[in-house]
Amino acid sequence: MSVKVLYFAWVRERIGKAQEEIEPPAGVATVGELMHWLAGRGEEYASAFANPRVIRAAIDRTHVPPETRIGQANEIAFFPPMTGG
Amino acid sequence: MNARLQTEDFDVAAEAAALRNGRTDIGAIVTFTGVCRGTEAGEPIAAITLEHYPEMAQAEISRHVAEAERRWPLMGVTVVHRYGRIEPGDNIVLVVTAAAHRQDAFAAAEFLMDYLKTRAPFWKREERPSGSAWVEARETDDRAAARWTRRKPEAAE
Repeated sequence: MSVKVLYFAWVRERIGKAQEEIEPPAGVATVGELMHWLAGRGEEYASAFANPRVIRAAIDRTHVPPETRIGQANEIAFFPPMTGG
Repeated sequence: MNARLQTEDFDVAAEAAALRNGRTDIGAIVTFTGVCRGTEAGEPIAAITLEHYPEMAQAEISRHVAEAERRWPLMGVTVVHRYGRIEPGDNIVLVVTAAAHRQDAFAAAEFLMDYLKTRAPFWKREERPSGSAWVEARETDDRAAARWTRRKPEAAE
């Protein structure tokens, strides 16, 4: 199943793209597992996800912890801790 | 509720006046304006650039405004967050809260700012003489936001 993935700030810069459509294999069930799988896709991904504990994630525009199941997500975003305000 | 994301500047007085709008039941209006500083840790800042996740930022701000309205008897809330390139001395963010009494307006404004800092999907990049760099999240901001989940606000007298 294909899902849209968005990257922001230095996660976007390290990967070199703002968004893409991906098809994770069946064994990738959670957001944390997806990060691990993405990290294995190449040097730029490995660099972006080198320290997954500092990466925040959102499924369909809502913050989620890494153990969250991807399920029927339409849009998954990865980004550093927020610094707005 | 009025929550906006925009590149343009905002007019603090006009936003407060719009909330008041001739009403006589409002007794307190708090406005908080976040402004771009010209130095950070002793280094001059030429500008910051704010990146954001537009759809999520709008949704996240609206959720927190709704939460503030649930916690305090508010008579109006406006949040404006700018994105794009912002220079020192220019506005970044505005929170306006209106209530019958000041305690509710102050508390709601502080709650909203604490959450905007840690939960709204915005990222600041600073232009410094040594190069440009992403701003790192502050632990003090996380602590400030966490206090709102530890205790409920006291009921207004």
